[in-house]
Amino acid sequence: MHAIYNFVSGPLAWVAFILFFGGILYQLISRAILAKKKDPYVYEYWSFFYALRSILHWIFPFASTNSRNRPVLTIVTFVFHLCIFIAPLFLFAHVSLIYEATGISWWFMPDGVADILTLVVIGACVFFLIRRLIQPDVKYLSTPTDFILLGLVAAPFVTGYWAYHQWPGNEFMTILHMFSAEVLLVAIPFTKLNHMFLFFFTRGYMGSEFGGVRFARDW
Amino acid sequence: MNDATVVETKEIYDKGIEEGAAKLTPEKIKQVYTQMMNAEAGARLKTYVENCVSCGLCSEACHFYLSYDKDPRFSPAGKVRQTMATLMKKKGAVSVETMKKISEIASTECNLCKRCAQYCPFGLDVAFVMLFVRRLCHKLGISPHYIQDTAHSHSVTGNQMWVKSDEWIDSLQWQEEEAQDEIENLRIPVEKEGAEIFYSVIGPEPKFRAQLIYQAAVIFNAAGLNWTMPATPGWDNSDMAMFTGDHEIMARIKRMHFETAMRLKVKRIVMGECGHAFRSVYDMGNRALAWRMPPVEVTHSIEFFYELLRDGKIKIPEKYKPTVTVHDPCNVVRGRGLHEMLRYVVHATCENVVEMHPNREHNICCAAGGGVINCGPPWKMKRVNGNKIKANQLFETKSRGAETCVAPCHNCHGGLEDIIHHNEIGMDLKFLGDIIYEVMEKPERV
Repeated sequence: MHAIYNFVSGPLAWVAFILFFGGILYQLISRAILAKKKDPYVYEYWSFFYALRSILHWIFPFASTNSRNRPVLTIVTFVFHLCIFIAPLFLFAHVSLIYEATGISWWFMPDGVADILTLVVIGACVFFLIRRLIQPDVKYLSTPTDFILLGLVAAPFVTGYWAYHQWPGNEFMTILHMFSAEVLLVAIPFTKLNHMFLFFFTRGYMGSEFGGVRFARDW
Repeated sequence: MNDATVVETKEIYDKGIEEGAAKLTPEKIKQVYTQMMNAEAGARLKTYVENCVSCGLCSEACHFYLSYDKDPRFSPAGKVRQTMATLMKKKGAVSVETMKKISEIASTECNLCKRCAQYCPFGLDVAFVMLFVRRLCHKLGISPHYIQDTAHSHSVTGNQMWVKSDEWIDSLQWQEEEAQDEIENLRIPVEKEGAEIFYSVIGPEPKFRAQLIYQAAVIFNAAGLNWTMPATPGWDNSDMAMFTGDHEIMARIKRMHFETAMRLKVKRIVMGECGHAFRSVYDMGNRALAWRMPPVEVTHSIEFFYELLRDGKIKIPEKYKPTVTVHDPCNVVRGRGLHEMLRYVVHATCENVVEMHPNREHNICCAAGGGVINCGPPWKMKRVNGNKIKANQLFETKSRGAETCVAPCHNCHGGLEDIIHHNEIGMDLKFLGDIIYEVMEKPERV
């Protein structure tokens, strides 16, 4: 168990971070080169002002028409995205691990708050799962990949919650927690979870075209 | 809602798709697909297809989806899933039957109206993907028959409707003579070099709606403008090749159009009330010719009428009486943001205006645009039934007194006419030009 723990928390973590950041860079650079070659007008019409205007309208809840049309989904989605960043980044255990490894530390939140945020993420994942299973159009569109990715996102939160609460088998769960988070990190750049960074470009381009060429709102 | 079931279960025969498919083999499909992916698929296509997280947020943006009882196959993402995503997943190894269905979906179930791009949180452009699929179908020779015929016409004659050069000039002369019964000295100036404005129209105007040229001439005359129309090919601003994915012909005819303006040394092109032609000139055709913006200034009729009314160049002594409602055409509203100018013109010429909702850049498409109406009679009922939501909008405005619907776009006119007729809505349909011509002061000028 210790050997596995050391492996997962040591070398594997480094590999995951390298693939995560390297993967993001690879995706951005390869797409930028491809766009230069095949979609040159992306560069022609790109406008930072209009891109930002569109991004802001879509990143804040209820700023876009469609988000106002579906208030429940909007709230769940918004809170979910917020929590998947805040919970791991400002968790005491994570901050102290990073401090021990690098000497860098930052603000962390009380564990009780982290607990709530984790439950919110898990709850949102269940919501998305049910939505995928019962809403006809979403059900039709959902592929096995969509379900796997949802599970992949939920896994570190479920296992983390389990491990923190010292439920039976928590040692194993700790390892699974780290492992699932590492798989998730690697998956982000190479699956459609890459909307984490590509969102700014797809939305930004649409915003640029609508703002600078079409003179119409795209929200 | 039985119609929906009927349309869905009935195989629609399209000569172009069937006869083209008869010549295809799976190997040929894969070969053409691979060539096209290597040569033309870029970062946008890849991202638009691969990055869809199947959230279904685009579904309710689509009139086909809303009208066909929320059948998920008609959701924008569903159409991508059935077409480009399938092709990419199988790397082009699909059967001829599948390819026929793909052509049908891309050509007859999407109006390329881009409303879904306004509803997708990521801003993924389904219209862009559908156009890519249509281009693949074009290369495979399985575009729907009727629209392919118009693309052939563009290629041969430079216009959409097989109008011969002498017929074009004859039509202008005929309309000039007709108009001279009303305004004695009115001219339709042809080939006037150095005129300020080149007035361009779409092929169907001389062919079926010649009175629109008459009306435009009366408006130009009343405003005292220095304008002209060319006697040569290049007079037609329309572009169905853009919608079949035939970029080569699209570029040829756009070039012909712009070069005609340059030969006539005009300051700008003013174009008739057509949406797709504007898309071709302002959005796609110019890009195909590597122009960021059109090389000659192009003004759509809506903006042109707005200028005339704002500057008092034409006078409206008495406004149009019946209550009107306004249909926003996608290509000039989502495509160019002319919705407020449209309202200015309508309010300046009509006494009572009721709005349909949603409107402006969130308008619901007519289901005729994007080349769908040009796919002809085989597909007519599919598109008419695919826009019950527009019929409901029209009924709703009628309940608030609307007797006339103003639609400043040829394709919208065709689509709305069918919707109004089929659903027995009983509403007049007019172009802005119709209304302006009817209510304006017509001084004897020239």
